[in-house]
Amino acid sequence: MTTAAFHDTSYDSMPQPHPPFLTIENVTKIYPTSKGANVVLDGVNLNVAEGEFICVIGHSGCGKSTLLNMVSGFNQPTSGEVRLKGQLIKKPGPDRMVVFQNYSLLPWLTVYENVYLAVDAVHPEYDEVKKKDIVMHHLAMVGLIEASEKKPPQVSGGMRQRVAIARALAVRPELLILDEPFGALDAITKEELQEELLKIWWEQKCTVMMITHDIDEALFLCDRLVLMTNGPAAKIGEVIRIPFEHPRDRDHILEDPQYYDLRNYILDYLFGRMSHEE
Amino acid sequence: MVVTTRNNGSSNGLTKFWHRNGRYIVPPIAGFLVFLTIWQMLYSIGAIKLPGPIDILSDRNSQILILYPFYDRGGLDKGLFWQTFESFQRVMIGYTCAAIVGIGMGIWVGTTPMINRALDPLFQFLRTVPPLAWVPISLAALQQNEPAALFVIFITAVWPILINTTVGVQQIPQDYQNVARVLQLSRKKYFFKILFPSALPYIFTGLRIAIGLAWLAIIAAEIVMSGIVGIGFFIWDAYTNGNVNEVIISLVYIGAVGLMLDKFMAWLQTKLLPNN
Repeated sequence: MTTAAFHDTSYDSMPQPHPPFLTIENVTKIYPTSKGANVVLDGVNLNVAEGEFICVIGHSGCGKSTLLNMVSGFNQPTSGEVRLKGQLIKKPGPDRMVVFQNYSLLPWLTVYENVYLAVDAVHPEYDEVKKKDIVMHHLAMVGLIEASEKKPPQVSGGMRQRVAIARALAVRPELLILDEPFGALDAITKEELQEELLKIWWEQKCTVMMITHDIDEALFLCDRLVLMTNGPAAKIGEVIRIPFEHPRDRDHILEDPQYYDLRNYILDYLFGRMSHEE
Repeated sequence: MVVTTRNNGSSNGLTKFWHRNGRYIVPPIAGFLVFLTIWQMLYSIGAIKLPGPIDILSDRNSQILILYPFYDRGGLDKGLFWQTFESFQRVMIGYTCAAIVGIGMGIWVGTTPMINRALDPLFQFLRTVPPLAWVPISLAALQQNEPAALFVIFITAVWPILINTTVGVQQIPQDYQNVARVLQLSRKKYFFKILFPSALPYIFTGLRIAIGLAWLAIIAAEIVMSGIVGIGFFIWDAYTNGNVNEVIISLVYIGAVGLMLDKFMAWLQTKLLPNN
């Protein structure tokens, strides 16, 4: 099997039957500094279809987070545009919920209240019973009913990230954005949460864009993997289609010889061609 | 500190209590006794002119003052409890105003960078003015003792509350602001769910510093303001009548109230901010 078979060209060259869900078009981000312009991203193009699970991987400092911030709306491109369902993204909003790397839970609210705040803010028109139902449903989904009256500092890191995921999903975002969500967790908790996330994604049919450092994580989760070139002036190096059928089973995937071909290919890309020169 | 135990009168319970708490009770009492002994000795050898503790306790006038804190013969002639209570009330009124204005202004200044730039130098300047220096100004401005005393409390207590609140509001972590932006929280929700709880530890630090300063200020303010009921003026009156015993007994009251105020704020802080 040649590596060229992984390359995904369909989204870039073939005409789309429907307008794509999320389009990132010629996005460039330049920060002016005292030593001149610092080009972080240089001409990034990507189309994401509805219901896709996309992972973005690349060396630190390659502008992954900058790219994600422009999708979430925390940051605007210097040139080019990001559109969701044809709408230009100008500011953050609950249609693009973010699960932050450091959880960003409010420590003075209980687990329940943290999720409730999101539901109440996005759907003030719902009655109390409905809001409560939505919160409890999403807490149950991530297995946090027992911890619902605890405050975030009283629960483990893995549980905090579960709360953050429940909070994000409870408002039914069009796009779920995750910025290295499992980076700070131990290996076992990480695998558990990956499986839960994949299950939720499969059941809810939401669109997910996720940054990661972890090749195995990306291979287990995503439909397409975006490999970024090194910064400065990073762009998308390659987009690889991950061929494993959903619903995925970790043991099953690990037995698939394709897994190792892909893994080696990505490793070679990141540490061979894209290794830091210094 | 009040220690409550289930004391059924048995010597067993007392022994247990003693075992558990003895080492926290004995050293402070011992320290206190040593202090009193040194004081008495310094007086006996003539090193200081202040009467020693034994002389104070054996004086008839002091005994009346200690034993009858609640007497009220009208006018300024009231027991030490009432004197202290009057001062305490003034502090509470001035302090409450300072808390309302300080927290309100602090939030406004903290959320509006332009206002902060405009007012911060002024605040930094005014907060260094000592409480006593405000006394003549407030007397000149307000003409009457009572409002002037309240103003001195207010102006002394307001700065730490205002400045700490401002800092607390400015230091709301970016994480929480990001959550507010993604959820597009309304102003009201942002205020009650993020801004206020996030700044609360800072506000409390300000409130705790301020209560101590307010209590310092009232004594200073009352000393200059003749003819009002209050522990500060009581001390001054006693001093001008050459009654040093009364001055020293009053100091015990002042110290006790100051200590209780600080302990109360510390307790309130642990109640309201269990995470910190």
